[in-house]
Amino acid sequence: MPAPAWVVQIVSSFVKIFVLLAVFLTLFALMSVLERKILGRIQNRYGPNRVGPFGLLQPVADGIKMLIKEDIVPARADKLLHFLAPILIAAAAILALGVIPYGRNMTPFTIDGGILFFFAVGSTTELAVFMAGWGSNNKFSMLGAMRAIAQMISYELPLIITVLPVVMVVGSLTPDRIVAAQAGYTLGLVPRWFVFTPWGATAFILFFVSGLVESNRTPFDVPEGESEIVAGHMTEYSGFKYATFFLAEYLGMFAITGLAATLFLGGWHSPLSALEFIPSYVWFFAKLSALLLVYIWLRGTLPRTRIDQIMNFAWKFMLPMSFTCVIAAAVWHYAGRGLRGWLWSFVVIAIVYTALSMLLDTQRKFAPRTYRFAE
Amino acid sequence: MSSAAFVLIAILTLAAALAAATLQNLMHAALSFAVALVGVAAFFFLLGAEFVGLVLVFVYIGAVAVLIVFTILLTRRDVGNDRGANWGGAFLAVAVFGGLAWAVFKTQSIAIGAPHIRTLTVKRIGEALMTSYVWPLQCVGLLLTAALIGALVLVMEEKR
Repeated sequence: MPAPAWVVQIVSSFVKIFVLLAVFLTLFALMSVLERKILGRIQNRYGPNRVGPFGLLQPVADGIKMLIKEDIVPARADKLLHFLAPILIAAAAILALGVIPYGRNMTPFTIDGGILFFFAVGSTTELAVFMAGWGSNNKFSMLGAMRAIAQMISYELPLIITVLPVVMVVGSLTPDRIVAAQAGYTLGLVPRWFVFTPWGATAFILFFVSGLVESNRTPFDVPEGESEIVAGHMTEYSGFKYATFFLAEYLGMFAITGLAATLFLGGWHSPLSALEFIPSYVWFFAKLSALLLVYIWLRGTLPRTRIDQIMNFAWKFMLPMSFTCVIAAAVWHYAGRGLRGWLWSFVVIAIVYTALSMLLDTQRKFAPRTYRFAE
Repeated sequence: MSSAAFVLIAILTLAAALAAATLQNLMHAALSFAVALVGVAAFFFLLGAEFVGLVLVFVYIGAVAVLIVFTILLTRRDVGNDRGANWGGAFLAVAVFGGLAWAVFKTQSIAIGAPHIRTLTVKRIGEALMTSYVWPLQCVGLLLTAALIGALVLVMEEKR
């Protein structure tokens, strides 16, 4: 006797959720130890190498340590918000992972507006960060939360507008359709990924930088700025709640790089037709890992930017460039999507880029900073 | 199953809305307002209008709720304890509710079968926006651009 439809639906949902959590929590553990090892190598030291072979069991030790630490809640904190903030922030990151196609027929939850779902869920993160900052009743936390929200809202615009050209060209908000549109090879050699078009390459770089900001990673980690505001909105968190913030940050990174791979790097398609015998999910996770390695590499090499530099960069450069991507994609489409379209969209982007760099006067000599204070 | 979900979401939404109206702590009230909006978005999902639900979450949780929270934070000295019932507001609420209830009961119920509706896809919404509703869309765009320029003018550095 077959089970009723609703039982099937609920059980299959639970299976998907379980697999999703298992895969990404393992990836989180691996990533945390790998990041520390690579950062160690960049800084000419060993990194964790005591626990297990090559220090691979370090995340287990860290997890146990976090679990048995005392959970400190400040006396004047808003207990409820202080408790809810890490839960909400992790829930948003996990939900965003649910709509990414990990392989052929391997999208956990197919939603008509999957891309929109991703960003709708991501936008609740801001509220969670605010809850953490305000609920802690601490000046450092509040400052960190303000900075986090300011940069997240500013970079959400380029993040979403750079997705627009892809959505326009494919004509769908469903991640599966976007991946399907990037199938096939030009001349049987170059894959038809959007990153190989001028607008796609520009949009990919802008998306990647905005993703860095959204996940508060190193060149843009002023909300956490250890040297000035201790740890920003996480100052008053300890033990497992702090670990949950850490987890949410990494899951958010996986989600945003996964979406970047889906939108621009052809999702789970293989780069060469001769390599199609390798399973699709291997290709997806290879692309994901490559992008994550770039994240670690950037963290090891770049210093922290100032908050005013971040905001200026968002509004004066990122936003006009992302609008240019939309126009260039339209030019590419109407010029026939071939070599002619490629050249024309390249010309559009080159003109705007040159004009912007002349307008913003990037060659300006260094001068004393002028300060402005709120009255 | 969907009626059970309806009841659950309805209870959650109503409780959150009630909390938003009655909580003493203004920040808690603002956040329960956000929860109520999530409940409304869940209703749209239940009805199969995914796009509307997602946009609701996107705009109201991601932007409006953050805006409300910021406004409270930047304008109040003491965020907690805003005592005293607002009787004018209560009167207005009762009046609106009474008017609506009177209108609903006065309307003669028409027994018609539920019309067959094509599923509301993003593509159809986009087509409608770009053909029959293109003027309202442009007007909203103009309004938002004006608001953006206005905000810039407000914060622009005065020349001394």
